[in-house]
Amino acid sequence: MSEGIGARVLRREDKRFITGSGKYTDDVKNDRQCYAAFVRSPHAHARVKGIDKSAAEAMAGVEGVFDGHQLTGDGIGNIICGWAVTSKDGSPMNMGAWSALATEFVRYVGDAVAVVIADSPANAKTAAEAVEVDYEVLAAVVAPDKTLESGAPQIHPEAPGNLIYDWEIGEKDATEAAIAGAAYVCEMDITNNRVAPNPMEPRSAVATFDPSEDHYTLYTTSQNPHVARLVLSAFYQVAPEHKLRVIAPDVGGGFGAKIYIYPEEIVCLWASMKTKRSVKWTSDRTEAFLTDAHGRDHISTAKMGFDANNKIVGFQVDTIANLGAYMSLFSSSVPTYLYATLLSGQYNIANIHANVRAVYTNTTPVDAYRGAGRPEACFLIERMMETAARELGVDPGELRRANFVQEFPHQTPVIMAYDSGDFEANLDAAKAASDWDGFEARRSEAASRGKLRGIGMSSYIEACGIAPSAAVGSLGAGVGLWESAEVRVNPVGTIEVLTGSHAHGQGHETTFAQVITDRFGIPHDNVQIVHGDTDKVQFGMGTYGSRSGAVGMSAIVKALDKVEAKAKKIAAHLLEADEGDIVIENGEVKVAGTDKTLGWHEVCLGAYTAHNLPEGMEPGLKEGAFYDPSNFTFPAGCYICEVEVDPDTGTTEIVQFVASDDFGTIINPMIVEGQVHGGIAQGVGQAMLEQAVYDDSGQLLTGSYMDYTMPRADDLPSYTVSHETTVCPGNPLGIKGCGEAGAIGSPPAVINAITNAIGNNDLSMPATPSKVWAALQASSMKQAAE
Amino acid sequence: MYNTNYHRAESTDDAIAKLGASDDGKFVSGGQTLIPTMKQRLAAPSDLIDLCHIEAMKGITIDGNQITIGAATCHADVATSKELAAVCPAICDLASHIGDPHVRNMGTIGGSIANNDPAADYPSAMMALNAQIMTNKRTIDTDDFFTGMFDTALEEDEIITAVTFPAPAKAAYSKFPNPASRYAMAGVFVAKLKNGMARVGVTGAGSDGVFRHEGMEEALTSDWSADAIADASVDEGDMLSDLHGDAAYRANLVKVMAKRAVEKAG
Repeated sequence: MSEGIGARVLRREDKRFITGSGKYTDDVKNDRQCYAAFVRSPHAHARVKGIDKSAAEAMAGVEGVFDGHQLTGDGIGNIICGWAVTSKDGSPMNMGAWSALATEFVRYVGDAVAVVIADSPANAKTAAEAVEVDYEVLAAVVAPDKTLESGAPQIHPEAPGNLIYDWEIGEKDATEAAIAGAAYVCEMDITNNRVAPNPMEPRSAVATFDPSEDHYTLYTTSQNPHVARLVLSAFYQVAPEHKLRVIAPDVGGGFGAKIYIYPEEIVCLWASMKTKRSVKWTSDRTEAFLTDAHGRDHISTAKMGFDANNKIVGFQVDTIANLGAYMSLFSSSVPTYLYATLLSGQYNIANIHANVRAVYTNTTPVDAYRGAGRPEACFLIERMMETAARELGVDPGELRRANFVQEFPHQTPVIMAYDSGDFEANLDAAKAASDWDGFEARRSEAASRGKLRGIGMSSYIEACGIAPSAAVGSLGAGVGLWESAEVRVNPVGTIEVLTGSHAHGQGHETTFAQVITDRFGIPHDNVQIVHGDTDKVQFGMGTYGSRSGAVGMSAIVKALDKVEAKAKKIAAHLLEADEGDIVIENGEVKVAGTDKTLGWHEVCLGAYTAHNLPEGMEPGLKEGAFYDPSNFTFPAGCYICEVEVDPDTGTTEIVQFVASDDFGTIINPMIVEGQVHGGIAQGVGQAMLEQAVYDDSGQLLTGSYMDYTMPRADDLPSYTVSHETTVCPGNPLGIKGCGEAGAIGSPPAVINAITNAIGNNDLSMPATPSKVWAALQASSMKQAAE
Repeated sequence: MYNTNYHRAESTDDAIAKLGASDDGKFVSGGQTLIPTMKQRLAAPSDLIDLCHIEAMKGITIDGNQITIGAATCHADVATSKELAAVCPAICDLASHIGDPHVRNMGTIGGSIANNDPAADYPSAMMALNAQIMTNKRTIDTDDFFTGMFDTALEEDEIITAVTFPAPAKAAYSKFPNPASRYAMAGVFVAKLKNGMARVGVTGAGSDGVFRHEGMEEALTSDWSADAIADASVDEGDMLSDLHGDAAYRANLVKVMAKRAVEKAG
């Protein structure tokens, strides 16, 4: 089956993407379209004393200038966080109010206070500059530990001391006792750096209000258009759900940043109603740096205790998570249920306790970014495992092996029940592929060239297939996390699949069609995948958390089961055979063991002519299904990074990167490898290049590519990627998911390798040349002192 | 970008006339700094007077030992000139590492020098090669030309027409790029002139823009080798410090790049 499951089918969507024929939100052009420009706060924290719109209103081409008082006056609701996390004392989280246009206070640089609608982008921007906002500048705080100090500026009245919640998981007393009795305790302070997501396509929205129908259409850069419609309607009261169509057409990358509903979409919809004009807004790159939800930004202290046999006896973590100036849609869940629940890693740990304090600061809101909580957990665990191995004087791979979970299912002390895996297989495959045992010879050879060579590994696990609805509901989620699909078989036998998943670079149009091809043996070209339009697809939860294979495709399989069952009934009737004897293969419907056969298209046509259907059967061949997963899925693997450091400049070159992953069943290995490559690139970016930096007054210093370092081709090696598969027992295709693994597993492997090379374990991300050089100076000074 | 009026100058006189006729005009010579700045609405000249199409300001001429590069010559032309590579390959190498292909085909040597961005590559080469900057009014020694960060000796109505310098005996440029922008964090151009004098131009690192390192020049004049500058001191107090690297790191980079440049020059 050359186009079915497991085939390297070329991405059909690439024809339009690489020829510039994609249709993105900013490509939408409506009659009498206007443009929005936002008036944004230049201050990280200020009281808004007044807004003078008169000069802007009088300017050329201006259709309207609106502020937050008008917005709230029209009943537009505050932006909310949709996951309720409860503090350990039982109190609800302290969520501050977030109006799409700020009224009394601005809380980060970029906070929108007004919007100008004008007939051209230039006129809108020029008029926005003419809106005079009278600010009383207030003290700001940007660091997650500083914001908790007494005397820190108070950011939201709802959150005293800037504390959003103080949450814990696991058994504190037992964990402390286990660590107290440990033969060896590894202790580390670990920072997980704040990064900006940077999808290639900036966010954009085009909102059109049709007064004759009281109907709104929103084109937007969303990973989940149905969730956007639900939230815009139910919580922000922008428009009733049945009067709002949300379309997320081609979307150029998301990485999490396009999950959330931002002020701009809300304001465009509302302004379209106010002006009776179609309103477009497209972010520029600096606006993207300022307003797209950032990722990570944790500071943690951790203790991991080992017994005399090097078995982990307890792991305790204290984390402060910076959520920025406002609580974005899923922000609360990231440093709790997507983070602390993964702190067992690949290891059998009887006692784990984590305490997480989420805090407000005067910075851009922080939410899920590729990996979302799991990279932060993985970085902690894998940095500590490597450090422990060094301090104990044992091989890092063998320390991991001695602690691996070996039997499944495995219940961790932090909610997750691992269903399958073979962690040793990944470790052994990665060690073999990297020639781990030959490293010392390579290190010596590098030394002869004046280079410091180092090697590091990371054994990651993550939780994908997000998520069982009842389980996440019990943990505070405001939505269920199932997926839907509809399979429409046309009378000629071609098929349209409507999915609630959303592709923004993942290649769903190719991989999803492979599942249908595999099932019925019809050509890949005869299958069309439809997504991203609330008028076409009934409902869907969208794409994030590596869920589209494990959850989205499972919904398609459920719908295919129903289609197949009906097609077999029709075929059995037409062929005068027993339904149980009908098989569908290679585009034919046959009676097993006979030469009685019908073409797939003949059965489909029969369903629609309805001339000769079984007694009582409805015409047509179209089925829908909702799939709610029974458990998370657990992709896992082992990554090995090998580097050479130039001691004169601190420049690190990655000379080898090996990934051995277990993603369960793989539909299209080429696309999966691409996901791993991209994920590692983002992980390397976080580890060596990327950081969103604020000065103490809250100004973002990395507001453009002049100062924010994105990974480029020459920063990255050629990867060695392979798979050791254990099939996921929880879903029909056995899929675990692959979208985030690279970004989760790679940062600790990189830092473990660099610290191994330079002989100084005190190195934070991003390990820029200047930081590596400084670490080298510190270690050589230390050596000189000794 | 705000609205602006674009003019193509036919000659330096025409350019100056057009500048004089504008409200708040600006010369543009490739625009690889100015246009992005305008796009960000951080600059708003009423008029742009484009110097890149003045024929007399284009091209590379080599007259015996003397090299002259027209101010409107783009980086790509400098990078790929076989004639220039035969007498001063170091300047071709420098030009081949400015920006990306787009920048190299739009940006010009005159534009780069006139802007005197503290992280631009060409000023270090002009310093080290002891170039003279020729304008529509006069000829300026390079030591007098660069007067500080984004500042030069150029007058308001003065246009660089060419740069000229003698072919060096040996020269090379070594640059440590800023990880984000890929501009020089420290770029050192070393030249051993045919009169025996060594000159060292440093860009990217200095808090007052491009500068010559006299200590290294003296050491290299007496002994043209990387070892000769191994103990050279670079004053951290004169270095830039920012989120990409502090002054100590930049001072180190200047030394390392200088040594590498000398090794590269052979």
